[in-house]
Amino acid sequence: MAGCVTLRADVKASAGSFHIDAALDAPAGETVVLLGPNGAGKTTLLRAVAGLVALDSGRITLDETVLEDTTEGTRLPPDQRPVGFVFQSYLLFPHMSALDNVAFGLRARGNARAGARAEAMEWIERLGLSAQAASKPGALSGGQAQRVALARALVTRPRLLLLDEPLAALDASARTRMRRELSGHLKDFGGVRLVVTHDPLEAVTLADRLIVLEDGKVAQAGPASELRARPRSDYIAGFVGLNLVRGYATRDRVSVGEAELIVPAAPAGEVFVSIHPRSIALYSRRPEGTPRNVFAARIVGIDSLGDRVRVEVVSALPSLVAEVTPGAVAELSLSIGSTVWIAMKATEIDAYPA
Amino acid sequence: MTRARAAPTGRPITALVVLGAVAALFLALPLVGLLLEAPLSDLPRLLTSAPVTSAFELSLVASLSATALSLLLGLPLAWLLARTEFPGKALVRALTTLPLVLPPVVGGVALLLVLGRTGLVGHLLDSWFGITLFGTTPAVVIAETFVAMPFLVITVEGGLRSLDERYEEAAATLGAGRWMTLRRVTLPLIGPALAAGAVLAWARALGEFGATIAFAGNLPGVTQTIPLAVYIQLQTQVGGAIALSLVLVVVSLIVLIALRRRWWPAA
Repeated sequence: MAGCVTLRADVKASAGSFHIDAALDAPAGETVVLLGPNGAGKTTLLRAVAGLVALDSGRITLDETVLEDTTEGTRLPPDQRPVGFVFQSYLLFPHMSALDNVAFGLRARGNARAGARAEAMEWIERLGLSAQAASKPGALSGGQAQRVALARALVTRPRLLLLDEPLAALDASARTRMRRELSGHLKDFGGVRLVVTHDPLEAVTLADRLIVLEDGKVAQAGPASELRARPRSDYIAGFVGLNLVRGYATRDRVSVGEAELIVPAAPAGEVFVSIHPRSIALYSRRPEGTPRNVFAARIVGIDSLGDRVRVEVVSALPSLVAEVTPGAVAELSLSIGSTVWIAMKATEIDAYPA
Repeated sequence: MTRARAAPTGRPITALVVLGAVAALFLALPLVGLLLEAPLSDLPRLLTSAPVTSAFELSLVASLSATALSLLLGLPLAWLLARTEFPGKALVRALTTLPLVLPPVVGGVALLLVLGRTGLVGHLLDSWFGITLFGTTPAVVIAETFVAMPFLVITVEGGLRSLDERYEEAAATLGAGRWMTLRRVTLPLIGPALAAGAVLAWARALGEFGATIAFAGNLPGVTQTIPLAVYIQLQTQVGGAIALSLVLVVVSLIVLIALRRRWWPAA
């Protein structure tokens, strides 16, 4: 059954003065990660899907099941949605044992106490928590609490699993271990899985597909490889480590403000131009020869990352980051405020429709 | 703590020490006097005499009934005040917590005017059902509930407000309807506030005097609770008054010990 479920959500909702307007599709068997800066509306979107936030308008369906449709006026309350929710701070019931926490969803669905506990115990064992079954949440480690929260969400066999920053409450060492473990549990769950995170590493490890939310809107959606190659917002470009500028293209030229970039080829019209920091070269004198994109620039920031140095420059183009070796910094005696020439090969610039 | 505070300026201010000591003596001495004056050898006889035991029984039944009634009605009111918005909410909160500061005898007079035989509601009770409340044990329960319930309401409302509502959301995502969430998540989580509110309400009901004597009267065995009996005995048989007072002191101490963590969490 779970094999063919697809979540379709078109969500317009408010939380206080904040609005989100986002649409997403998530097929079963894939992990869709909602990524975005803090305050982008990721959690609100997740809560709307779970029914914890009412839609201002929109429609959420899980295959044939309409969870909410404002034009029809239908709305399933949260307790009737086939959803499992893992909250950021887990929200394990502090007055119940780990076992009773896991059994809660089964009891809520009318299972008898003994049967619910037996089934919950299977999940407790599957997640390696047998020794903690009788413990109250206060006595569990972060990783154990995370497993209990996952078991509690999965025990009712939901068709849709929602995880809000599932690793954020863990300390750094537990996070690395649980990231791998969680990735495995997610793959075992056949339904639709939607994960919210603001951690790029977590996003890349868990995601089959990424949806980037910014200011309550979808900035970009697609496979991680696509986002990495062709980011469509400053946030995504920053997260994948590329320079991104907007311009207007005519054949092999892109005008960016007053400046003009020569590119291998570009679709006519508004374009994004991405430039890898390593393909920006710095010179103390105007270079002669092959690189055709040359600009006078001033250094506004220098950030050492061990074997690489990120140099932020302003020129006729918007601010760009170039990545050079520490040797180059010394050789060119680069410092903040000094003027340099920057050069980029046309073949290392990618222009794509905005 | 005290030492750390006093350290920067040396010794604490003498005037504060003297006045503070006077306050402590003023509060503690009467209780010590009560103990010293207690006819200890006579205590068993005094505490088992007929008017005293009947006052005990009545007080116990009435105060526990008032506590139960406060829970039954006060819990929903606390929930409404904590979790819902409705017009006039501030007014409702003010009126329902007024008995906290109102002189109880005024409450008793007010109850008499509404529920007494000729009162707004009371005359209907009388003419439709032939019920007269004055001089009955139910009147004692009503008077005590009137004075005690606000303690439960504000304590439970506070508990509900400090409860993280996301636990209830978590219960909802696990398929729990509102009743199950209330029963298995909300109530257990506000358990400490609920217990504290009930103990406070019970202690208040047990000590109730003014509203009871005004609204229910002073009939031995029917409406004469321990505080009323203390007052009467004081005029006839001081030993009995002291014995009954000692019992109330012991009860108060137990309540204080039960609630100390709530009032002085650090200490």
